[in-house]
Amino acid sequence: MTADWLDIGWLEQIPVRGSRTVPVAGGEEIAVFRTGDNQVFALVNRCPHKGGPLSQGIVHGHSVACPLHNWNIALKTGEAQGEDKGCTPVVPVKIVSGRVLICRSSALKAAA
Amino acid sequence: MELSGTDWSSEAAEGVPGVPPQREHLVVIGNGMAGCRAVEELLARDAGRYRVTIFGAEPHVNYNRIMLSPVLAGEKSFEDIILNTHQWYRDNGIELIAGDAVVSVDRAAKRVTAASGRSVAYDRLLIATGSDPFIIPCPGHTLDGVISFRDMHDVDRMLAAADAGGDAVVIGGGLLGLEAAHGLSLRGMKVTVLHLMPTLMERQLDEAAGWLLKTALEARGQTILTGADTAEILGDGKVEGVRLKDGTTIPASIVVMAVGIRPNVKLAREAGLAIGRGIHVDDHMVTSDPAILAVGECVEHDGNVYGLVAPLFDMCRALADGLVEKHSGYRGSVTSTKLKVAGLDVFSAGDFSGGDGAEDIVLRDASRGVYKRVIVKDDRIVGAVLYGDTGDGGWYFDLLKRQEDVSELRDLLIFGQAFASGGGAADPKAAVAALSDDAEICGCNGVTKGQVVACIDKGACSLDAVRAGCKASASCGSCTGLVETLLAVTLGDAVQSGPKTMCKCTGFGHDDVRREIVAQDMRSIPEVMQKLHWSTPDGCSSCRPALNYYLLCALPGDYVDDQQSRFVNERMHANIQKDGTYSVVPRMWGGLTNPRELRAIADVVEKFNAPMVKVTGGQRLDIFGIKKEDLPAVWADLNAAGMVSGHAYGKSLRTVKTCVGSEWCRFGTQDSTGLGVKIEHMTWGSWMPHKFKIAVSGCPRNCAEATIKDFGVVCVDSGYELSVGGNGGIHVRATDFLCKVATEAEAMHYCAAFIQLYREEARYLERTAPWIERVGVDYVKARIADDAEGRDALAGRFLYSQSFSQDDPWAERASAHVQHAHMAEFHPAKALTDGEPA
Repeated sequence: MTADWLDIGWLEQIPVRGSRTVPVAGGEEIAVFRTGDNQVFALVNRCPHKGGPLSQGIVHGHSVACPLHNWNIALKTGEAQGEDKGCTPVVPVKIVSGRVLICRSSALKAAA
Repeated sequence: MELSGTDWSSEAAEGVPGVPPQREHLVVIGNGMAGCRAVEELLARDAGRYRVTIFGAEPHVNYNRIMLSPVLAGEKSFEDIILNTHQWYRDNGIELIAGDAVVSVDRAAKRVTAASGRSVAYDRLLIATGSDPFIIPCPGHTLDGVISFRDMHDVDRMLAAADAGGDAVVIGGGLLGLEAAHGLSLRGMKVTVLHLMPTLMERQLDEAAGWLLKTALEARGQTILTGADTAEILGDGKVEGVRLKDGTTIPASIVVMAVGIRPNVKLAREAGLAIGRGIHVDDHMVTSDPAILAVGECVEHDGNVYGLVAPLFDMCRALADGLVEKHSGYRGSVTSTKLKVAGLDVFSAGDFSGGDGAEDIVLRDASRGVYKRVIVKDDRIVGAVLYGDTGDGGWYFDLLKRQEDVSELRDLLIFGQAFASGGGAADPKAAVAALSDDAEICGCNGVTKGQVVACIDKGACSLDAVRAGCKASASCGSCTGLVETLLAVTLGDAVQSGPKTMCKCTGFGHDDVRREIVAQDMRSIPEVMQKLHWSTPDGCSSCRPALNYYLLCALPGDYVDDQQSRFVNERMHANIQKDGTYSVVPRMWGGLTNPRELRAIADVVEKFNAPMVKVTGGQRLDIFGIKKEDLPAVWADLNAAGMVSGHAYGKSLRTVKTCVGSEWCRFGTQDSTGLGVKIEHMTWGSWMPHKFKIAVSGCPRNCAEATIKDFGVVCVDSGYELSVGGNGGIHVRATDFLCKVATEAEAMHYCAAFIQLYREEARYLERTAPWIERVGVDYVKARIADDAEGRDALAGRFLYSQSFSQDDPWAERASAHVQHAHMAEFHPAKALTDGEPA
């Protein structure tokens, strides 16, 4: 689990308060978010509500609002916020020397 | 405790069921902030105790005099500043005699007589006659056009003068003078302020803060002359100018005299009461006649007269306690002043004159326009002056009043409460929780923290409930954030957010935010969040799109749009559908199309395997099922055929729907299709508070359904009937008739003006229908149909704004190989597969 960090590109390639997606062969996409304070988070690109593509939502603080019905999902835990209940799988991600790395085995498992 | 009645007071409660008839009669002279507040305090203690009659010289219900400045500035209407409505007087059995000033008091007979000759007997009399503006008796002071700034009548006169335009001179650089100058300046007058002293507001501000204020006001176009001594007001019957003692003359069509106020003691003096600078009162606000009380700016207590609202409310509490015989006593007030002068924050408290043993701690941040000075003596704060950032004023004032030893805080004192009480990231809730119970929360209404908490404890669990219950935050709203924090501190999760707050990130409503953006010339989302104390680091999905729009509307051509604050539809220029694909709508002007466009659409449908094409309700073709990564190519193909984005996805002008009109239809009276095309060319690309639809029908048969659109035109033989505010949505609403015009050019001009009014004044996500129901169609008519000059200005601003917004967003994004910052969003990173090496 510790040695399988996958380099997916420069942090600058993700817009601030935006995201990019990483398709997983035979599975769902992973959405990699960059927040206003330049942290990165990775979630399966699917809202627990109706499957909306979270990568298309408005990123605010450490949350993203789903573009379909405005559920707010915590980027760190994948949990729906407020009254809403549900959770999106989270994938470990980190920045090393300006490059964004995601945990490959977790991503494969989460997106399967 | 029962009081024995007298004969004349038995008329008191006749016809009031359930009320004993022997109540004493309390007559109040003065329906202003003191007189009415005293009655409110009395009602709060024992509503049935007295029969109450209030005389007011002005023909109004009780209003908030300190809010006259926003009325003058056009930010509020008279209705907004009413403190108690007629219903309140009725509900509490109070007889209000407004517009009839009391002219004499007969203490022996216990009767007052008003100008109309009406005479009323009293058991207890309360004098709350306030103060009169001081008029410098220089030559010319009686000329027509010399105005004071004290009541609604003065405001009306200033507004009339401003309508006529021209130059204004304001004599007096104190708070009132500066507010008058600000209001007149906003109303379009060229304003010169004359101030006798070397710095502005010298009683509230020290020299440094006064200078900052002067510089800021000059930057807004006012002329400020300090050390200016008025010799005479020039004019022949009517004001024409002012001459100073140094010979300078300044032209003016009005002169506002705002040099000060003095207690209005005429009535009391004639009645033979003891008078000093004001009416002498004891600690229970009783005058030299035990049956007569006095309160407010007209009184002198312990050698002091006050011209601020907070001491006046302190007095009212002591007075009401006395009236129900729970004598608490008034011990004088330490005053602080927290003001917004012309949108600039200013605070002062205590003694800031310095002197022996006083040590100054000063913080200056010139580029932020912030100045803070705290005066410490014997380890206690004795005074404070804040300019630009007044957030900690309440905290300094609290320390000052409690005479707390600040030696431990001293190093951090000037950085404010958050730092001094432990680290820059200190919890604002903890700061509010730490305030003492008598710390003032709402300056307008004199409400303390203790009173707000008591109101919450009694069941108020929303901002509106607190406003209704204890009036905190019910006037200017600048303490809204504090009240909300108190709600949060007191109730925890049980707090209900008020409907007027923009979102959970702020205590401000949409209108407040829009006003402040313009007033403070804010130019970016982070700046708004910084200056308006947003509680979140970068907002939420509700406020960010709204702020982006408000800034875009306020600063056309200047503001750089923030794509990440837009809903995905507007970022992608396409509609996201339930499966995550998009639909694309090209613009078809007025609903017209041609073979080339139809071919291009058909080609796109085939090439990208779009599963469906549909004619929309707005007469356009909608191509469904486009994958996000194909969007740039789809736009490029449509662009190549000459088509631009239809904005079917945006809070923007959507479509102009038309019928065939006189060109084909046997009933058509005018060329409705042609007009629709022209209107669409004028309006496309404009961002709005919400989606906006237009239609033009060629005759009253209304085939284009113009009467359920945001703006509708129905052509008739003699011209064009314009109507607004229609909506075919959840609540179907037919339009309100706006007016009729004779020519196409006028129809377009009115359309532009109406759109701009909506763009500038509606709240984000408020369509025209609810907006018009909120502000009233008469208001819209007054601004568009009745005010030619205003209409021209609105249309001018719309067209100016359009000169920046009519770039096709597709072309910008689709233009080949442009490495647009946001293009990354379209292209996924490389796929992750099982077999790839780690």
